[in-house]
Amino acid sequence: MTKYMVPLLLLLIASPDLGWAASADSSGAADKMERGKELTFARGKGNCLACHYVAGGEMAGNIAPPLVMMKVRYPDRMKLRAQIWDASTLISTTTMPPFGRHKILTEEEIDLVVDFVLTL
Amino acid sequence: MIKVFVIILVATGLLATQPVSAGPERDLQAMQDFYQKRFPNVAPEEFANGLYAFDEGAREQWLELEDFPPYEIAVEEGEGYFNTPFANGNSYADCFENNGLSIKQNYPYFDSDTSKVVTLELAINQCREENGEQPLPYLRGELTAISAYMAYTSRGNTINVQVPNDNPKALAAYEAGKQFYYSRRGQLNFACSSCHVQVVGLSLRADPISTTVGQVTHFPAYRTVWGEIVTLHRRFVECNAQVRARPFESQSDEYRNLEYFLTYMSNGFELNGPSSRR
Repeated sequence: MTKYMVPLLLLLIASPDLGWAASADSSGAADKMERGKELTFARGKGNCLACHYVAGGEMAGNIAPPLVMMKVRYPDRMKLRAQIWDASTLISTTTMPPFGRHKILTEEEIDLVVDFVLTL
Repeated sequence: MIKVFVIILVATGLLATQPVSAGPERDLQAMQDFYQKRFPNVAPEEFANGLYAFDEGAREQWLELEDFPPYEIAVEEGEGYFNTPFANGNSYADCFENNGLSIKQNYPYFDSDTSKVVTLELAINQCREENGEQPLPYLRGELTAISAYMAYTSRGNTINVQVPNDNPKALAAYEAGKQFYYSRRGQLNFACSSCHVQVVGLSLRADPISTTVGQVTHFPAYRTVWGEIVTLHRRFVECNAQVRARPFESQSDEYRNLEYFLTYMSNGFELNGPSSRR
């Protein structure tokens, strides 16, 4: 965990834009955010905690980088979506499951997860 | 950004790739060297203790559990079954070298007559059938207990699985097992090596992932989460199901070959089964 934190903190310091405050304008958006959170945490769905630290989750694994400062790391939403859809496109040896390519999550579910993860 | 993460991944060994095929002996050396380098502070023989080699807290709980071993009943039952003669008057002892005691270190072996890998569990059932008895179910129960007893009599013996140089079919079986270990499968797209090589020692949820070397030494194993003692193939079934792949049958060619490769990767380790695991 700490080995990921150092470069992340450096990035944060170097970044002029800290735009990570989530704003839920309407109750519809809040519902979607809640569903995205559920999908992220559910063992049978995203199960992101198996490998990633996620704020608000318990018993997180440390196999992969913690999901923090996501807006800073992914200013381009589509890059994050592509990473979740099939991480092997970027790094062929990744152990991250291809959530879209293998239909672990539906396209709609991936969008909900992406929106939630970007608030982290 | 991407560069930063690639550098981190390389530095932590996440990009460790499959070793090229170089024959069983070199594979074994490469595998043992890899883990020694990955865990310079872990004594090599500790890898036979799975995640308890690296996780102090889990190790303490495990040692406490071993004070009153939950597999002891299975060993006693197994001894009873083992010593009960078949209807024809023969017994298990008649089927094996050294009366079936202290022999597990030689399993699995490649049988050149059938050109198949023979595991200890398979040999137990072959013994029954040769003596006119019905084979026992593989995943749990009587056969597991017999296997546990035979493992118990073999504790401390050094695993010595052979892949004969002069038999290309034996090498092919070994290579098939190795291929299985490194092949991604299931909806979640994991190979055995994805976890046990690439991210070994890191934690999946709260559980540190164990090394390939030393992985088979302690079977059959009593798992707390299962509440019973089970064979290595039951663990294979579980692993395959967890990555949402369709598991193979216990004692299928696929799992026998996998056991062949995996046990070869523990050559030189002492048997320490049966054992308890989370």
